[in-house]
Amino acid sequence: MLGSFAVLRKQSLLGDAISHAALPGIAIAFLITGTKDSNILLLGALISGLIGTFWIRGIITKTHLKSDTALGLILSLFFGFGMLLLTFIQKQPNANQAGLDKYLFGQAATLVESDVWMMAIVTGACLFVLLLFWKEFKILLFDADYTKTLGFNTKFIDVLITTFIVLAIVLGLQTVGVVLMSAMLLAPAAAARQWTNSLSVMVLLAALFGAFSGVFGTAISASQNNLSTGPVIVIIAGVFVLISFIFSPSRGLLFKQIRFIKNRRDLELKKTLAFMFHIAETHENISHPHTIKILNNFQGFTKGTLQKLVKKNYVRLDGTMWSLTEEGFKTASNLFNQQTDNNE
Amino acid sequence: MSKKIAVKVDDLTVAYNYKPVLWDIDLEIPEGVLMAIVGPNGAGKSTLIKSILGILNPIAGSVEIFGKTYKKQRHLVAYVPQKGSVDWDFPTTALDVVLMGTYGNLGWIKRPGQKEKKAALEALEKVGMLPFKNRQISQLSGGQQQRIFLARALVQNASIYFMDEPFQGVDATTEIAIINILKELRKAGKTVIVVHHDLQTVPEYFDWVTFLNVKKIATGPVKDIFNDDNLTKTYGINYKVSIQE
Repeated sequence: MLGSFAVLRKQSLLGDAISHAALPGIAIAFLITGTKDSNILLLGALISGLIGTFWIRGIITKTHLKSDTALGLILSLFFGFGMLLLTFIQKQPNANQAGLDKYLFGQAATLVESDVWMMAIVTGACLFVLLLFWKEFKILLFDADYTKTLGFNTKFIDVLITTFIVLAIVLGLQTVGVVLMSAMLLAPAAAARQWTNSLSVMVLLAALFGAFSGVFGTAISASQNNLSTGPVIVIIAGVFVLISFIFSPSRGLLFKQIRFIKNRRDLELKKTLAFMFHIAETHENISHPHTIKILNNFQGFTKGTLQKLVKKNYVRLDGTMWSLTEEGFKTASNLFNQQTDNNE
Repeated sequence: MSKKIAVKVDDLTVAYNYKPVLWDIDLEIPEGVLMAIVGPNGAGKSTLIKSILGILNPIAGSVEIFGKTYKKQRHLVAYVPQKGSVDWDFPTTALDVVLMGTYGNLGWIKRPGQKEKKAALEALEKVGMLPFKNRQISQLSGGQQQRIFLARALVQNASIYFMDEPFQGVDATTEIAIINILKELRKAGKTVIVVHHDLQTVPEYFDWVTFLNVKKIATGPVKDIFNDDNLTKTYGINYKVSIQE
């Protein structure tokens, strides 16, 4: 759901960076408290995720570095630091240490009821804020400078969106894990974008896709013994993306190709018709018959196209002779006007 | 000039990374003029507009709109950004974009209602885009996108309009349509400030002009100061423009 905003902000990689940045937070939270209470660990993840995000912001605005450089830098820095801490923890003589690495790849099976409640509450909060500030989010995403001139505090909206993206990521960490989280954030949104041109529908679809991948992924991994949940969920989300890329009616590859072929066929017919029109024009009677042979000079002509024209009732065939019908003549004379109308 | 001063800029200086982009600009724009800001690439034309509008933070200087700070007078000012500044693949419709012009008056959280929608439709009508109101914005031509932006500013019903290159990449029909709207705005007593590139059309379209190249070269009525001397000073080369009367 929130992924829609990340995709539209062209900050897709931000999700990746945040989820990696969250790792040291988890490790530090464990080191300080010594517990494995997931709420406390996630709080640590949230804090370090936010720190990472605002460092990225800082690097982009304060230096000449491009955003992908900043993202890559923070991503690997935090992840490296997190791994370092994790190995350090593993060396510690503490029986509690095992299980922290579940945050790396996620393990939905380890979720307990309180975790689920936590997720539900945060999701509810996200939804509430999203509905409340829908208008502000939308305009900021589309045109930030303009939003500023209207008197909105763009920094506030920005921080709000970012905070919720971070929150969503951190919550997902337990299920999908640090490494795959960004896919979970982006895949539903990317898939949804293929199907719609409306922001609200896109957000809704993304939420649906995300939920479906979650449910199906969990179901599949539960039915098999040795499948970990996170990767399965991500793969399902990936399948959604693939299907969307190929089959979406307006943006999909398949329909684009079909439209392309159809257009070409249409054009062939029109070409033949136009040619016939020019010949017929020279006669007073538009339905004056001509031999098919004179069409041979013209490349677009095939038996197939002629048959199709007959089917459309534009042309009458009579042995080796053809003639334009009334309707065909009218259509042909409108061809050029139409074409200029259709060109957008 | 006995007219009220709509925009007053004092000692405005803006820099990107130590390099001054605008240097000590003093500018007074009287109410009710249709003014072009001209100058070579990198002269700071867009920067000037953006600093006046508070999008960029100047190092020094102040801006007054009708004698008060910009922050207090924001509702009197509308902005048409460069067309290329946004992602036109954004999933929204033409009407939606125009509706964004009403967001400022609505303030936080409130949604646009019937009244705002009616205003947006009227603005679309004015720019001749009513038939395209439900069109996805990526499927609009460059000229149509520019008109949508103009309509969005019209909805704001402001007193001062700032436009950043509204004629960039639009065809002759759109250019004429836009300039006619701008002239109408001036007739209604509004002040319109336009970043403009085509020197040939300055005398035809505008009655006021500011020459800018990091520093302000000159500002005043087109018929008094739009001459080869100022053009040469601004563009650095011997620029000759035939002024049609």
